[in-house]
Amino acid sequence: MAEQVAKRQVSVPLMADLASRGEQPEVLFWVGCAGAFDDRYKRVTRAFVRILEHVGVKYAVLGMEETCTGDPAKRAGNEFLFQMQAMQNITTFDGYGIKKIVTACPHCFNTIKNEYPALGGNYEVIHHSTFLQQLINEGRVKVQGGESYKGRRITFHDSCYLGRANNIYEAPREVLAALDADLVEMKRSKANGLCCGAGGAQMWKEPEPGKKDINVERTEEALATLDGNAAALDALYGVESGNEGATPSPKKSDNGIIAVGCPFCMTMMSDGVKNKERENNVQVFDLAELVASAEGLNA
Amino acid sequence: MVQVLQQILFLLVAALGIGLFAWQVRKIRANILRGKDRDMGGSVSERINKTLLVAFGQQKMFKRITPALLHLVVYVGFLVINIEVIEIMIDGIFGTHRVLRFLGPLYDVLMATNEVLGALVIIAVAAFWWRRNRTQPVRRFTGVELRAWPKLDANIILYVEVALMLALFTMNSADLKLHQLEGVELPGTFPVSSLLVGLMPDNVTALHVLERVGWWIHIVGILAFLNYLPSSKHFHIIMAFPNVYYTRLVPQGQFSNVDSITHEVKAMLDPSYPVPAPPVDAEGNPVVQRFGAKDADDLSWLNLLNAYSCTECGRCTSVCPANITGKLLSPRKIIMDTRDRIEEKYESPLIFEPNKYQGEERVHVDEEGTLVRGKVTPEELWACTTCNACVEACPVNINPLDSIIEMRRYLVLEESAAPNSLNVMFSNIENNGAPWAFSPSDRFNWADDLYVAEK
Repeated sequence: MAEQVAKRQVSVPLMADLASRGEQPEVLFWVGCAGAFDDRYKRVTRAFVRILEHVGVKYAVLGMEETCTGDPAKRAGNEFLFQMQAMQNITTFDGYGIKKIVTACPHCFNTIKNEYPALGGNYEVIHHSTFLQQLINEGRVKVQGGESYKGRRITFHDSCYLGRANNIYEAPREVLAALDADLVEMKRSKANGLCCGAGGAQMWKEPEPGKKDINVERTEEALATLDGNAAALDALYGVESGNEGATPSPKKSDNGIIAVGCPFCMTMMSDGVKNKERENNVQVFDLAELVASAEGLNA
Repeated sequence: MVQVLQQILFLLVAALGIGLFAWQVRKIRANILRGKDRDMGGSVSERINKTLLVAFGQQKMFKRITPALLHLVVYVGFLVINIEVIEIMIDGIFGTHRVLRFLGPLYDVLMATNEVLGALVIIAVAAFWWRRNRTQPVRRFTGVELRAWPKLDANIILYVEVALMLALFTMNSADLKLHQLEGVELPGTFPVSSLLVGLMPDNVTALHVLERVGWWIHIVGILAFLNYLPSSKHFHIIMAFPNVYYTRLVPQGQFSNVDSITHEVKAMLDPSYPVPAPPVDAEGNPVVQRFGAKDADDLSWLNLLNAYSCTECGRCTSVCPANITGKLLSPRKIIMDTRDRIEEKYESPLIFEPNKYQGEERVHVDEEGTLVRGKVTPEELWACTTCNACVEACPVNINPLDSIIEMRRYLVLEESAAPNSLNVMFSNIENNGAPWAFSPSDRFNWADDLYVAEK
């Protein structure tokens, strides 16, 4: 760990306050419902704000003016509710003249970026993995001075709404590569990644009857990858061949990490790790948490 | 005389085969156009590019190398052997024999390639048969939707392909032997048939008959097979091309917008918003438009085109997280049900009529037999995680997710038939602006007592 350093309290800038001073942020940070209410993902929101503060980006949040993007309503077929939510948010964005939005939620990202334009809302929207990748490439974040991840085994779980939905596969991997860790790929990764089970509004309902929960299936794959358990990986079904990388070498993974970039994946993978009783030696972290901690920003 | 009779007979057979096929294609075109309009967008050059890569180039097949190579053999065989079919057609009409012989060395190459590919096709087809029919078939060749007819269909295709290749070899071998006996050189090079010459009889008349029989079986077989296609999953050899061409060219995460709802919402927010008049039918009565899809003709024509392009290969289902974990949902079933339903309600092709099909019983939960409930159950629809794995996996760019969402829209917007927990989520969004029951006034609490290390 880094030596004791000075800390300062952050007063997160509200868009309403900036507007009253006639100022515009460089980027609006869209927190999302999970980032605002889910105890686990609030830590991701805070980690991302620490990074924004650290690099001195001029940002703002909407605070209590945010409301659900409508993603879960749309995926569940409630187009009417989705459009009501979307129109409300577009009115808010346009009222402040927002041009650029960053968010740590792939679902919010996808909805605002791809589905708001049909309703009149056009913005430059980027996911925090791309944003972090840019900061690292520009040298504004060095991923040094904090906790070292050197040699720790990390596997990245692709979020469907970042990956297949929007073809973003490299940004999160480049962010993780900067940690100098032992990155290993699951067999079902990138375009062939397996869903955590929460998309399409599954987050809010019980799964239909079946023989297994999807998050358990995915967690088993993640754990077998971290452990380098070839037999378990070979037994997987639904694997498209031609995935890069061989089976990772066997490793007693007592500090493995499943990295995610989505609040729902975070919940599902964390529950999966608990289900497999591996929470003592495998942790689930979001990209922003890993970067903030490697940069030594936690205080 | 025999020659002229053959020519007349051939013309009749060819006209009948092609005419019958055109008649079937018209029916299927009408079925597809029962679908709703869909805003397409995208540039023609981008579409042509996609068609070249995905349809002609089989790009997405190469995610799984073994079936990709086997399929490539049959696909290239189909393309190249079609050049010989052109020759057969010309010979048949004009009574010529091997009219393309003027190509000289190129004809040698063409015939040799045909023969090698023909032999490889037989090997590939044998492998396909083994993958499907052994005691433990490849897993994606099983499933509730693969009932008796689709299984039989898959095998019929394989048997026909072998029969066509054998006819080709019979024709060439007999022709070769005939020319050998007559001491004349046969134009073309025949690496496989030259090995089979020994099996041929020494009788000139018998050889003549064998050559003709091979020729006729090959061409009649092809014409018959052409008319079998519209009833079969093998229709993909044609439909894959338009289907890939009309792929939605937007990010896979972008779900379609419902414009009628946009007008309604805008009118609610701004009473002066001019709502366009609803569409009217031929008599000027407004057409009652349903939200989402209850039946196959509520889907877009693109969804119906998808249904006719499906090869029932099951790549979608094999990567579906819901299906992998034992849920009822199978994207392939959604697509196959759609094709069955549109043919049940409107036109059916020549050979397979879903109405008369006495396969194993389906899970009916609706008296009307509509697509939703009559074929696809809500349990299947609600198991989808909208993860796009099926869309990504399909070698011909079918989008089962698009159909699933249309059917969910029907259940929610027309019948308020969402699972109760989702209704709770909806009311949370309406009341709290979040899918969970949190107070909106707590939304900014995450920023309390936040410190950053000063560096």
